Parts: sequence; structure tokens; C-alpha cells
Amino acid sequence: MTHLHDPLQALPEAVQRFPFPFPRDEYRYSANVQPAPALEPTAAGGWGATAIDVDEHYLAELRERAAILATDPSRCHTLPHMTEAAWDAVLWNLRELVVARPDAMRLRIEGTAVHWENDILGEQVDFVLGDPSTLPVPDPLAWIGTQVQDDIALLDQREGHLWLDAGLVTFAADWSMAFDLGMAFLEFHGPVPRVHEAGIMPAAEQFLMRLTPDQAYRRTNWTLTIDRRLDVSTELYDVWGKDRRLLQPEEIGERVHLRVEVQHLVRLPVSGAIMFLIRTYMLPMEQLVLVPAWAERTRAVLDELPEDMADYKGIIRYRDMVVDWLDAALAAGAGAAG
Amino acid sequence: MTAAHLTCTVEAIGMPAEDVRTLRLVPRPGIELPAYAPGSHIEVQCGERRNAYSLIGDPRLPDAYEISVLRCADGDGGSRFLHDEVSIGAELEISTPRSAFAPPARAARHLLVGGGIGVTPFLSYGRAFARSGVAFELHHVHRAGASPHAGLAELGAGEIVTHAGRAAFLDALPALLDRAPVGTHLSVCGPPSMIDDVLGAARAAGWPEHRLHSERFVGVDPPAGTPFTARIASTGEAVSVASGTSLLDALLDAGVRVPHLCRQGVCGECRVGVRSGTPEHHDLHLSETERAAGTVMMACVSRCASGVLELEL
Repeated sequence: MTHLHDPLQALPEAVQRFPFPFPRDEYRYSANVQPAPALEPTAAGGWGATAIDVDEHYLAELRERAAILATDPSRCHTLPHMTEAAWDAVLWNLRELVVARPDAMRLRIEGTAVHWENDILGEQVDFVLGDPSTLPVPDPLAWIGTQVQDDIALLDQREGHLWLDAGLVTFAADWSMAFDLGMAFLEFHGPVPRVHEAGIMPAAEQFLMRLTPDQAYRRTNWTLTIDRRLDVSTELYDVWGKDRRLLQPEEIGERVHLRVEVQHLVRLPVSGAIMFLIRTYMLPMEQLVLVPAWAERTRAVLDELPEDMADYKGIIRYRDMVVDWLDAALAAGAGAAG
Repeated sequence: MTAAHLTCTVEAIGMPAEDVRTLRLVPRPGIELPAYAPGSHIEVQCGERRNAYSLIGDPRLPDAYEISVLRCADGDGGSRFLHDEVSIGAELEISTPRSAFAPPARAARHLLVGGGIGVTPFLSYGRAFARSGVAFELHHVHRAGASPHAGLAELGAGEIVTHAGRAAFLDALPALLDRAPVGTHLSVCGPPSMIDDVLGAARAAGWPEHRLHSERFVGVDPPAGTPFTARIASTGEAVSVASGTSLLDALLDAGVRVPHLCRQGVCGECRVGVRSGTPEHHDLHLSETERAAGTVMMACVSRCASGVLELEL
């Protein structure tokens, strides 16, 4: 990225940093985990150098989360036995925020007294670890959700399985935290097609149960979302569901987004809980085609995607339209697309 | 996922019981010690040996790691090294903490039984429970005529009971099991025969398996076994494993990198996939299902029942 004549220099930062998820022309579910953090180069730049990523949507997404929680508090819940895990999550995320933005974030811990400074938000917070009443928001998960863009799910490990027993999830891609709360890992992944026959979910669960605090891992997941709508939760289906049927071909470049989740998988040190961080990135098709390799790859993946998977991802009604649009954009040349 | 390593200095030494030495280990300046789950252990380089010891301090935000070491006169020499050759100011190489015996988070109450030096994981349990207000009772069984591990009262919470001798404790145990409220989980750590006694009593009293937890303080002595051949799937290389040599040592000697830690079939670190051949399991880590499937084994203690094993390495 340092060459003077590199044509990619002109790409918007959101494109350069976008976690493009397709390594092949064909997409299937797999245990696609890799150690994190690590910079993953892409055709447009790269992503993933730090576990927590503060980008240009930081303030907007945190405001959006606050508004969602104010309307629907069920998006944040901690079962009583997960309190220690929630505090674990607070410290882990604060530390990783400092790693990501040492220029703007500072953390000092003395005994159980924690001093936190976040220059981007203009906040200085003093709280006592383990005492929620000392937090600006009296719930550890809800508060850490005012500092990181990621959604957070916490899984207890017991009786040889993992259980979704706490979470702060305001940006769910067609699922519901309140509905899944308390379910076993294999249970809440029940609707995912193909993975059960392939034995992927039990293998993934075994992998997670053997994680140690020394090494975090990450994976990506993806779907398409109409408009830059982070909250496509089951709770709001009546609001966003109809867009998929009403979408017009001429709207695709602007409205259809490749939605990618970068999920970090972390063994929290004190509670021993597994933390899933789910960070959502969205790139509209009109920006995706600025990188011809991405346009070709995405076109191939969407075109090949089997019906059951397209149905599960909720894109079966319009994926052919997107393929046609990408074909046209590729034919016209990326610069003229949109 | 091999543990990272740290260099620590022995800052203080205590004698909490006869033949037991507590070492307080502090990191080099500027190094922050990782927090850990209650019941975690570290591995300590003791001269030629590496031994695992439970951490006994407060697991959250530790400024030092503390371990209690029982001097085993007829052991492998690791504990003698820490007793006889280490003094304040000495530097020790340690691993980062590993959690293999974390308390069940959903327990409404904990019934903890620590036999001898096996009480050590429950010291960090107690500190964590005291902070979070979780109800527990800790029963420390020590040899009649010897003193119990010091510092239990400092936990400042829970009900702490010491029992002189196993026989006396086993007499008292049925009543303890009977009066435990629904939702109580039993955790026991100590010599294998004591664990068997305690778990046997709990099962006899009708306790379900998911409320029983144990950590064997003594690992498995790997059997000498018969010689066999390990074939490395990725390279086709054949490694001979002699009688009296573990598969792990044979692989390491042959330059095959295998993560490992306890060498006693407990920690699960040296898990190796088995592509073909029949493993002969001697570990304490795998589940019955995994054992029966025969597709994975612990290289440190387990061997081969079919002459040749092909390994996913």
C-alpha cells in the first residue's frame, strides 16, 4: 500500500479495511477459525491487526446501540452465574481497546479500582471491579457495550457442552438473543442447514471447549442485508423483512450490502467462560465493485450458493438479481458501476 | 496452544504445614501476570523436571503467583528441588496458568473436599467465592498427627472444617452429603483412592454425575508397555516407541513437535489425532466417548494395542 502509483490508494478506507470473507468461488460452512489478531491482507488492503477495531462508524454505532437498548432492554441479559464472566469481558475489551487505540484509550488498575479514559467519547470513568453500582450504566455487559462496537455473547461451559447464558446483542443478523438465551450451543445452531450432517457443530464446540486464555481465535460469517441496517433481529422482522421482497433492481448498488461478521472467540481468564465477539461490517454493492476481484468472487459465490443455504441466509428472493447486477457491473468495468 | 512462559522471582517463602513450602512468585518489572480461573495450575521448571502446582492466591488481577509445594522425599525430585535448592531471590521459569479444574458456575453452593496438599486448588476457589458471595464449605482432610494447611481461615468466608485422618472424614461424609441443599456441587481433589472414596459415597447417596467434580492430585505413571511404531501421517516417517519410553518422548526425540504439559495424562495438552491403529488409553483426560472412538489419544501416557499407530501429525 506504499507504492505511489498504487491504484488502490484511491479506495475509501472502509473498502481498504473491509474483511472480505470469501477465499474461494464456492462457500460452504466450515470450522474456518484462525488465530487472532493477525493482519489478513485482501485485494483492497487488509483487516484484523487488532482484535478490537475502532472505525469511522464508532460513534454512530454506539449511539444506535444505546437507542436499541432503550427501546428493547431484552437485548442485554446476564444470567446470575455469568456475572464473573461479564466482568471478565469488561476487562478483556478495555485492554484490547487500549491495544487498538493507544493514542485515545488509557486503562489503569489499582487493586479493584479501575480508571478508564476514552478520548473518542470524551469519557473518564472510575469504577470498582465487581461492583456494578459504580459503573455509569449499572450492568457490566451493558456498560462495555458503550465502549466497543462488537456484540458480545458469553457461553458457560458445563456438563461437556457450552450454553449461551449471557449476551449483549443489538446487531443480530436474523436471530434473537432473548430467544436463544439459556440454550446449548448445538441447540441454538439447530436451524443452520448442512452443518449437522457434516459434524461441523460438534467439532466447533469441541474446539471452543479447548480454547485457552493464551490465544484468541476468530472466524468470519456473512450474509446480505438491505440498507445499512445493523439491527436485523428477529424482533424487528416486521420492519425489515419486507425489504427483501420489495427490492428493485436499480436499487441494488446502493441498498444491498455484503454483511460480514468478524467473530472473535476468547476463553475468558477468571470465569472460564467463552466470549464470542461479533463485529458487523457492511459494504454496499456499489463500493464492493470498486475491487473487481471482490465483485467476481462475490458473484461466483452467490451464483453457486445452494438453495437451502440461500434460504437460511434470507437472500433467496433476490440473490439472482444481485448476480445479474454484478455481471453488469463487471461488464461495464468497476469504475462505471452503480 | 502451548502455554506461554514467564520468568518469575521468588519473593517470599512460607511454611504453611509440615513438609509444605509456599512460594510467592513475582514477575519481572513491567510484566503483568495473567488472571486465571480458580483451580488453575502453573508448571514450574524444577531443575530437570517440570511439575504442575495449583495457584492458591486471588485469581483476579494477581500481583504474584503463589504455590504450595509438598516435599515428596521419594518423588521425581521436582519438589525436593523447590524445597532444598530454591531461596528468596531465585528465578524460576513458569508457564502461564492453565485451567483444568474450574468451579461449576451454576452451583448454588459448593461442597469442597481437599485431601492433604490436594486442598490447594480450593484456596483460590475460596478467595473467588469470598469476593462474589458464593456459599461454600471446605473440608480439608490432613494426616492424623500432622497439621492442616495454614491460611484456610484467612479466606474469611465459607465454612472451613479440618479433619485429622481420612477414616474420620469418611465417617462424617454421609451426613455432609445428606444435608447439602439441592443445587450443591461436590468438588474433590486429593489422592486417587480418596477421590474414589468420596465420589463413591456421593453416588451411593444419589448425587447425579453432573454435580460431581474431581481433580486427581497424582497423575498416571505411564506403563512401560510393549514396543510399537508411530507413523506420522503428514510425512510418512516411522518412529519406534520402545518399552519404557512414552510416545510423547519418542516423538520429541524424533523432532516431531507435540505440545505437552503435565506428562501425566491429566492436562490434555498432548492430544494427538489417530488416523489408524488402536490406541491403548491410560489417561485421565478423555471422555468415555472419545476413548471409545479411538480417534484421539494422549501421547504422554497412552500407547498402542495394534503394533502400529498412524498419527495426525
